[in-house]
Amino acid sequence: MIKSYPERLIDENGLRLDGRRPDELRPIKLEIGVLGNADGSAYIEQGKNKILVGVYGPREIHPKHAELPNRAVLRCRYRMAPFSTEERKNPAPSRREIEISKVIREALEPAVMSEYYPRTVIDIFIEALQCDGGTRCAGIVAASLALADAGIPMRDLVSS
Amino acid sequence: MAIYTQKKQIVTPGELLAQGEYYPELNTFKEKDKIYSMIVGLFDYRGNRLSVVPLKHCYIPYVGDLVIGKVVDSGMSGWTVDINSPYSALLPLTEAISRPHSMRKDVEGILRIGDMIKAKVIAFDRTKDPILTIRDRDLGKVTRGKVVKILPSKIPRLIGKKGSMINLLKKVSLCDLTVGQNGVILVMCKSSEAEEAVIDVIRMIEREAHTQGLTDRVSEALRRRIAGTQ
Repeated sequence: MIKSYPERLIDENGLRLDGRRPDELRPIKLEIGVLGNADGSAYIEQGKNKILVGVYGPREIHPKHAELPNRAVLRCRYRMAPFSTEERKNPAPSRREIEISKVIREALEPAVMSEYYPRTVIDIFIEALQCDGGTRCAGIVAASLALADAGIPMRDLVSS
Repeated sequence: MAIYTQKKQIVTPGELLAQGEYYPELNTFKEKDKIYSMIVGLFDYRGNRLSVVPLKHCYIPYVGDLVIGKVVDSGMSGWTVDINSPYSALLPLTEAISRPHSMRKDVEGILRIGDMIKAKVIAFDRTKDPILTIRDRDLGKVTRGKVVKILPSKIPRLIGKKGSMINLLKKVSLCDLTVGQNGVILVMCKSSEAEEAVIDVIRMIEREAHTQGLTDRVSEALRRRIAGTQ
């Protein structure tokens, strides 16, 4: 974390404070199949961001009344670990996390061919272990990989 | 008219497979004249019919499938059976016994919660849960043996071409193997060491299902393990 802000964010060589060019991405590392118990899983590191995603399903839905007769329900939970930021984050789901969960679900929904598994649910758990900006985007990338790893039919992989 | 990948290449969801006069079959879809994969798997085609063999998928019941499941609930008219699928199966009382019965008394006597059963799927249409039967030869309660669970997508490899792999396992180990289409396998041997050996080899097949020359390696590993148990 930068404590005092410098006057110039791009130096005379045209590089950003961390030495990247203006159009350069942070280094990305992706891994799949990292969790044994989940049907599909993925892990992403983008710069200092570290995110773990587990996918369960398609499986039987509880509560039963939430099922849809024509397609699978997609449930998504984005969560930041209490130790993911410099200052401890309250582990209770915040307004921000609830909204990001919804946004990620809506980003993935068009890609997943949920009509192949009616009356079931696909659960996606996104756990941000270390956060440094842009965790929702990195989370979407990892979630789409975890869905592919689970063998769920998709129109395409999702990136953001 | 062009195919962009080779046979047995690993493809990912959304990968362009071909363009032109092709038919999308298993795990592929067509948009305008382009055909894409919808799953992670191995690409395959026959003539102009394209398909992708999945590396992993969940078990979807089909009528006529032999499955091995666990009784998880019993009610007035039958049992609920977990068949390792997104849909839990129903075994009606009338499919468990052939003679007339006095309703409630029999249910507990035939199957209890926790029993493993070999059953056949007799009905399933995605709007209703699958219906099972145990009224056939070799079906019903499992009384001995060990159960292994593998990925349902590896079952065709475990059986092999015209049953070559499973027959090899049976011949070398002298065990009785029942393969459920839902990825559950029942192993019955004379000794529990032999059962462990067969289970290890089944796990090896699951791990290396997509590699070349697997049958020879399985045969060798199994012979070594079986010789060690005797």
